[in-house]
Amino acid sequence: MYRRPLLRTQYEQDAAIFPTWFQKVALGLVILFFVLATLGAPGIEAVPKKFLGNTWIDPVSNMMPLLIAALGFNILVGVAGQVSLGHAFFMGTGAYTAVTLGGGGDGGIKACVPWHDELGLLEEAGQCGLGLPMWIWLPLAGIVAAIIGLLVAPAAVKVRGLYLAIATVGLVFIGLHLGRTFPEFAGDFESGRRWPKLQFRIWKEETPLVDFTEDGQWFGLIHLAEEQKQLFLLMTFVGIFALMSKNLIRSRTGRALQAIRDRDIAAEVMGVPEFKYKRLAFAISSFYAGIGGALFASYLGRVSPVDFSLILSVDFVAILLIGGAGTMAGTVLGTVFVELLPEVVETFTEWLSDQLDGSGPASWLANVLLTSGSGDFGAIATAAAAPGWPMSVHMWNFAIFGVLIVVFMIFEPLGLFGIWLRIRNYWKSWPFSY
Amino acid sequence: MSDSNTTPLLEVDNITLRFGGVTAINDVSFKVNDGELFSIIGPNGAGKTSIFNTISQVYRPQEGDIRWKGDSIMGIRPDAVARMGIARTFQNIELFAQMTVIDNLLTGRHIRMTNSWLAGSIWLGNAKREEMENRRRVEDIIDFLEIEQWRKHPVALLPYGFQKRVELGRALAMEPELLLLDEPVAGMNLEETEDMARFILDIQRELGIAMILVEHDMGLVMDLADRIMVLDFGQQISEGTPAEVQSDPAVISAYLGSEMAQVSQDTSQ
Repeated sequence: MYRRPLLRTQYEQDAAIFPTWFQKVALGLVILFFVLATLGAPGIEAVPKKFLGNTWIDPVSNMMPLLIAALGFNILVGVAGQVSLGHAFFMGTGAYTAVTLGGGGDGGIKACVPWHDELGLLEEAGQCGLGLPMWIWLPLAGIVAAIIGLLVAPAAVKVRGLYLAIATVGLVFIGLHLGRTFPEFAGDFESGRRWPKLQFRIWKEETPLVDFTEDGQWFGLIHLAEEQKQLFLLMTFVGIFALMSKNLIRSRTGRALQAIRDRDIAAEVMGVPEFKYKRLAFAISSFYAGIGGALFASYLGRVSPVDFSLILSVDFVAILLIGGAGTMAGTVLGTVFVELLPEVVETFTEWLSDQLDGSGPASWLANVLLTSGSGDFGAIATAAAAPGWPMSVHMWNFAIFGVLIVVFMIFEPLGLFGIWLRIRNYWKSWPFSY
Repeated sequence: MSDSNTTPLLEVDNITLRFGGVTAINDVSFKVNDGELFSIIGPNGAGKTSIFNTISQVYRPQEGDIRWKGDSIMGIRPDAVARMGIARTFQNIELFAQMTVIDNLLTGRHIRMTNSWLAGSIWLGNAKREEMENRRRVEDIIDFLEIEQWRKHPVALLPYGFQKRVELGRALAMEPELLLLDEPVAGMNLEETEDMARFILDIQRELGIAMILVEHDMGLVMDLADRIMVLDFGQQISEGTPAEVQSDPAVISAYLGSEMAQVSQDTSQ
């Protein structure tokens, strides 16, 4: 095994997700790293802290539901080749299914009122929903989104490419419009409504079986903070859905979807019913989006219709383009990149602003880039919204983000996954050039 | 239909296919029997590929009937035709370019597999067993076509001749009873053509699969085919054994022009 890792004597080895020992060990180490970092092991936690700041757990947790949704987006766009911009709509569908079923309050859906009363004051009584436990609201969030996906699919499978992308944009706007029209259901347009918490209950009992929203002792063994528990929960979900989506891609259905992507007429002549599989791709990707949306909303706790806008859909396109469409590794890398880069840039900017008064190259760079007061003229203002021409940190984020997308499109069409392939192939044949 | 032994595998009855004002196929009929190698030849634009497209129901002919083992297949979907046991290759390679050779062949196994999207996602028990079993079957085809070294390459990276082979393999993976080969040796050199001819003979003799062969390489067609049909401008102008077709004046005039046909007849007299 050590000497010839590529010698395979069984077809199972050939179809394995991580065929070599190196990959298995590497995956194990990555998981171990995240577990230790989440538990707060001093040396290890310093790494994410360095890039993401002291509250690094929050952006990482926030990324996890989006990663689940991105896995679904990869199945539809990367694997089946159906370019859709309606993914945010399906995330919203999942989120609002979750709040209807799992949201707190008694009296059922009818009692639901907006968060603001007539005077514009916060209305705490505006909770609604059936208060059902997570094992009901989470799967149903996916299933309801999948059913909506199936309903719109017959219209969507008739058009291709750019036309499909534009047709699915319509979904997002329908979603936003519904959100505005029915505030008693969607919650206030700006502040949203109260979401089901990440708690495991058997039914509606008072104390949850496992509570992810309170600090506390777990199984009498280890004391964990709320954030740590939630990150572990979300990581577990990501693991389950990543495994399922990889299995789907390497099995009969995944090949049929890829066949439709590459040559739809040939696929049909090979016995792959085109419309059936396109519909299936829509349904499966909507299922993932629904689950992702429900977790996204219940993790954040305050989500409103505006959060499921076109920007979110475009985020998924960016994830796929930057990571590498159609590959699992690319989807994961792309999500990490797109969702965490803004945080990294922000941490970097903060670090720079600490260097302003120092000396050396870091201080020089800080003085060139940053505007700390009214006297200097750096390109970026450390304040979130600064008057005058300098960019705010927020805009600086957007600018870097945009530039990177352009760079990727031009220099590495396979995305981060392509870069990884190059590095791997280089070391595979090292020290020879081929 | 009274006796299943005499029912041909495929019967094409007086089909006519029009695109607007253009008649691509005009009143063409033929039969293919079990295990037979039937060939369709004709100049460019004669309607050969259109006949394949009507058999696999990608095009719907306006008139006529196509029967598979006695039952009409008119109006059913292309994927249903595939499930009945009709496989085909394409004139311009239509492989799934981004997939590996193995995945292309496994896609050919699609109709012989049953695992659903859910079973596939969970990848346990029957679904996994079925995947592995079909993976083994694909290996037989890789052996048969001698493409072992290309197994894991995306097909887009393969040389042209091997892409043609993979496409043949993908059709064979469907375990068809009738195989439609659309110019299997187009653009190949002599050696590659000989290889392909050997595969075609093996398919007929060892696997017992009936074939319809469309090809411009006359040497290949005359050597391999049991019966030949000649088309010209969508019209059926001759049908018979290679020897009969070769001496048919209508065929000679279609290929060489009518004056040459006269000359050819004169010299043969």
